[in-house]
Amino acid sequence: MDILLGVGGSELSYHALEETIDRAQATGDTLTVAVFDNEEISDDADEILARVEETLAESDFDATIRRLEGDSPGSELVSLAESEGFDRIVLGGGERSTLGKIQLGSIVEFVLLNSQTPVTLIR
Amino acid sequence: MTRDYPDEPADKFPRPPRTVTDREGRDVELLAADASDHDGVLEMYLSFDPADRAQGIPPAREAAIEDWLDTILGEDTLNVVAVHEGSVVGHATLVPDRHGEHELAIFVLQPFQGAGIGTNLVQTLLGLAQSRGLEKVWLTVERWNDPAVALYKKVGFETTGAESFEIEMSIRL
Repeated sequence: MDILLGVGGSELSYHALEETIDRAQATGDTLTVAVFDNEEISDDADEILARVEETLAESDFDATIRRLEGDSPGSELVSLAESEGFDRIVLGGGERSTLGKIQLGSIVEFVLLNSQTPVTLIR
Repeated sequence: MTRDYPDEPADKFPRPPRTVTDREGRDVELLAADASDHDGVLEMYLSFDPADRAQGIPPAREAAIEDWLDTILGEDTLNVVAVHEGSVVGHATLVPDRHGEHELAIFVLQPFQGAGIGTNLVQTLLGLAQSRGLEKVWLTVERWNDPAVALYKKVGFETTGAESFEIEMSIRL
């Protein structure tokens, strides 16, 4: 499968990166990592890119890295998946408040509601 | 992230301890609670109907409930329990967030829902919060959970965010 993983710099998005690499190594899936600025996160795209490259190097796994521009990363991700025929979009999300309630961020919600491509949410 | 709050503070809420009679005629005590009430609260969550879980809480397994109770009964939290005939049948909690504001959650055992206990629990917890000088309380609720949204509105919460799966509401004390 051709997997498109979105990474916006939240801890959950890095967790999803590690999980997806593990799975791709086991299945032979090809992975494209789309890096984007998430306005809810302080890391900028350069910092995210550096961490993604570092994680891939540590895992000794090759993936294509793309940068999503524009202020609607959810929409960019959905369009990219459709125009380039990806089989699946993967995202990390579902942050818990201190009290323990899970909330989905606006990017995850947009992708879940608007994607024609199957979506895997890693919590 | 900054959260919006109503400009005007809410009226004074009743403080624990109180005894109320619910719409089914059952006497229910509303009592301030803390970590020493752990066992009674755990008992309630062990018998909680999984269909009434919301946004991932209460957790399903006992070990996860224990971890969660450590947080919500921990330091700087405020808690009120509803007790009927010696058993905890409802629980409301306020947990400080990273910004010094407090998030509210409430749970009522299924056989005691729809009888006004939840409203009394929230009001009494907010009364306890006023007595401790808390000013800003917020919550999120799933947008399809009409009874909960109606309860919070009745108590005085205002909707501050409704563009996502969860509605966010807040009150100024």
